[in-house]
Amino acid sequence: MAKIEAAVPGEGRGVSTYAGGVWSWITTVDHKRIGILYFVSGLVFFLVAGVEAMLIRLQLAAPGNTLLDPATYNQLFTMHGLTMVLFAVMPIGAGFFNYLVPLQIGARDVAFPRLNAFSYWLFLFGALLLNSSFLFGGAPGAGWFAYANLTSSQYSPGHGMDFYILGLALAGAGSIVAALNFIVTILNLRAPGLSMMRVPLFTWMTLVVSFLIILAFPPFTIGIVFLLFDRMFGTFFFEPLGGGDPILWQHLFWIFGHPEVYIVVLPAFGIISEVIPTFSRKPLFGYPVVVYSGVLIGFLGFGVWAHHMFSVGLGPLANSVFAGLTMLIAIPTGVKMFNWIATMWGGAIRFRTAMLFAVGLIAMFTIGGLSGVMHSSPPADLQQTDTYFVVAHFHYVLFGGTMLGLFSGMYYWFPKVTGRFLDERLGKVHFWLTFIGINLTFFPMHFAGLHGMPRRTFTYPAGLGFEGYNLTSTVGAGITLVAVLVFLYNLIRSLRSGEPAGANPWGGATLEWSTSSPPPAHNFDRTPQVRSRDPLWNDGVGPPAAEEEIHMPNPSYWPLVVAGGALTLAAGALIGLPVVLLGAAVMVGGIYGWAFEPIHG
Amino acid sequence: MERTSTGVPNEKMLMWAFIGSECMLFASLIATYLAYRGRSLVGPYPEDLLNIPFITVTTFVLLMSSLTMVLALSAVQRGDARGSRVFLLLTAVLGIIFVGGQAIEFSHFAGEGLGLSRNLFSSTFFLTTGFHGAHVTAGVIWLLSLWVLTMRGRLGPEKSVKVEVAGLYWHFVDVVWIVLFTVIYLMSGS
Repeated sequence: MAKIEAAVPGEGRGVSTYAGGVWSWITTVDHKRIGILYFVSGLVFFLVAGVEAMLIRLQLAAPGNTLLDPATYNQLFTMHGLTMVLFAVMPIGAGFFNYLVPLQIGARDVAFPRLNAFSYWLFLFGALLLNSSFLFGGAPGAGWFAYANLTSSQYSPGHGMDFYILGLALAGAGSIVAALNFIVTILNLRAPGLSMMRVPLFTWMTLVVSFLIILAFPPFTIGIVFLLFDRMFGTFFFEPLGGGDPILWQHLFWIFGHPEVYIVVLPAFGIISEVIPTFSRKPLFGYPVVVYSGVLIGFLGFGVWAHHMFSVGLGPLANSVFAGLTMLIAIPTGVKMFNWIATMWGGAIRFRTAMLFAVGLIAMFTIGGLSGVMHSSPPADLQQTDTYFVVAHFHYVLFGGTMLGLFSGMYYWFPKVTGRFLDERLGKVHFWLTFIGINLTFFPMHFAGLHGMPRRTFTYPAGLGFEGYNLTSTVGAGITLVAVLVFLYNLIRSLRSGEPAGANPWGGATLEWSTSSPPPAHNFDRTPQVRSRDPLWNDGVGPPAAEEEIHMPNPSYWPLVVAGGALTLAAGALIGLPVVLLGAAVMVGGIYGWAFEPIHG
Repeated sequence: MERTSTGVPNEKMLMWAFIGSECMLFASLIATYLAYRGRSLVGPYPEDLLNIPFITVTTFVLLMSSLTMVLALSAVQRGDARGSRVFLLLTAVLGIIFVGGQAIEFSHFAGEGLGLSRNLFSSTFFLTTGFHGAHVTAGVIWLLSLWVLTMRGRLGPEKSVKVEVAGLYWHFVDVVWIVLFTVIYLMSGS
């Protein structure tokens, strides 16, 4: 057990230092380092998926374009969707969870540090396995939704779909394990006095998202297991010739797929619920309502999946129920919007970059939300489904909502993580280019869609009136790409030579701002005693408890070994039985090594 | 024991959350089984093959293993080394008997022409009961590992939460079987 000398209270920069070198990152079980690993990996996949998006936009810039052939185009939009949702947005969100949750609740780490490292490796291996399909005969091309029976071995020959199944099985397992860990951490590791109704909103949303993950991923896992057996062993789950029903896939997929929307957007809501109060110098308006509406969104999120399936023809009763529930979910979402606006009302607002992105989210997500309410009506949806109108809708939600929120969080917490500010001038350039870029890209898609332009087709003929919309979208995508490059430049430059930031540069209210920037390995010299909801604003941190010994978990390579075994097992499904058995053996051996490793955690 | 905000040990809360997740896993399997019931295009059909008396016996064995699991936990908590050893091993053995029964059933079905890719019944039956059997097998390995610890005298009352968590898992797997037994076997005639 690693023991850390009790340190001087207050600005404890460099009190406990990390070991250096690559090996220390590979074996790390520290939540802050794992958070950084998630963040960097997510950013890399964000760039990969962004390049895929650019290729799609270039192909669609002009009618009858031949830049990409249809098969490549299918692979690109499939991988763009999968990578953005599962390997970019979710891991960047997970980076925030990992870094911030223990700090916000006054804990030294998560409940199960080694399990946390294990989650990261599973995610990384799953993402790499799926992306490696480009090198082994082509990526999956059936869309991220992978509707049966387009995915059967008859219609998706080659191994693309197998990579989909195996890669997502690994990454999904990683997400479930991480979510279990965060549920226990948030419920059980709160500092004394930090009751649930004092927990910061970001941590609250992490808790809701964790519950969504553990409940939404299993049906999808079963779906891909069925698909694996259909493809490899000739079962009939999605095979009409044997009596199976391809619609079953759609149910299993969307029971996962719709909560997934909230899994990616609620962290962003949590982030701006921290950013807006800080930059308005006012406590969050109606804190309990924001919490409850977040929980309600989580609940309702499980009752709306069939609104993705109106065109299946489930019948008037099912369609009406799902339409009603879908309309209902707009209410808690709207409540949050008004809470954020009311928080700003009468506040002393400072439009730093983090705040610009947060306010941008409110505006952009509202547009996406409103078109979402339009889809909730089956007759309207039947006109819009499978057109670019839907593409416009969910990009306003995912880029205009989630990504703007995540960018807001990056500008807000970068000083905490690195001890330096991101450059504000470049940040504002980044914001405005993004804002203009995404609106140019996605707004014309509404019109293209209403004029009948279908999704997922690699080209369109001239003379249908789509040319102008598509060219505008492509120009907008180019501007967004420039914005991302500005951000990357800012990130690298500020890491080296950004202005130094103190412990609490923005005057934030939550516990993470009470420790140094960057925080020491053990986060807090003494466990804080919390007396109010905004502890740093109203003298809400009591005198620390008596002297305490600080125990930090030792580094461990077992999480990597077990995850490596899982990767070998998954890859073995494509290579041969001996490799499967090898992977299983490594996993079992790794689990025993893990269980009997003589350390805490 | 570490202090926790709720008073529930971390390991136990982890297992409860995991069980919540597992519920969705089995719910998906059971829902699929029910949706596809009676929709096989070719035989053999469930009513031709399912041996309800035989599975009733193995079901009884599995339910009894929940009783021995409770006794094992109680023995560990009381620091009764002999009781811990006996009941942990007995629970594992009962689990092995159940899985063995499943293996006999599977090979009998295969012999009657019901391979995995025979029809919808075979697809759903083998995956649903196979998933459950894999869970029982994992539980048996877990129990045997705990049993080895007791043999070495390394599982005292202060570590009883390890057994309690394994017990939660074991009882959950039993409860799932009660549902599967009802849905697959008892409802097969209707």
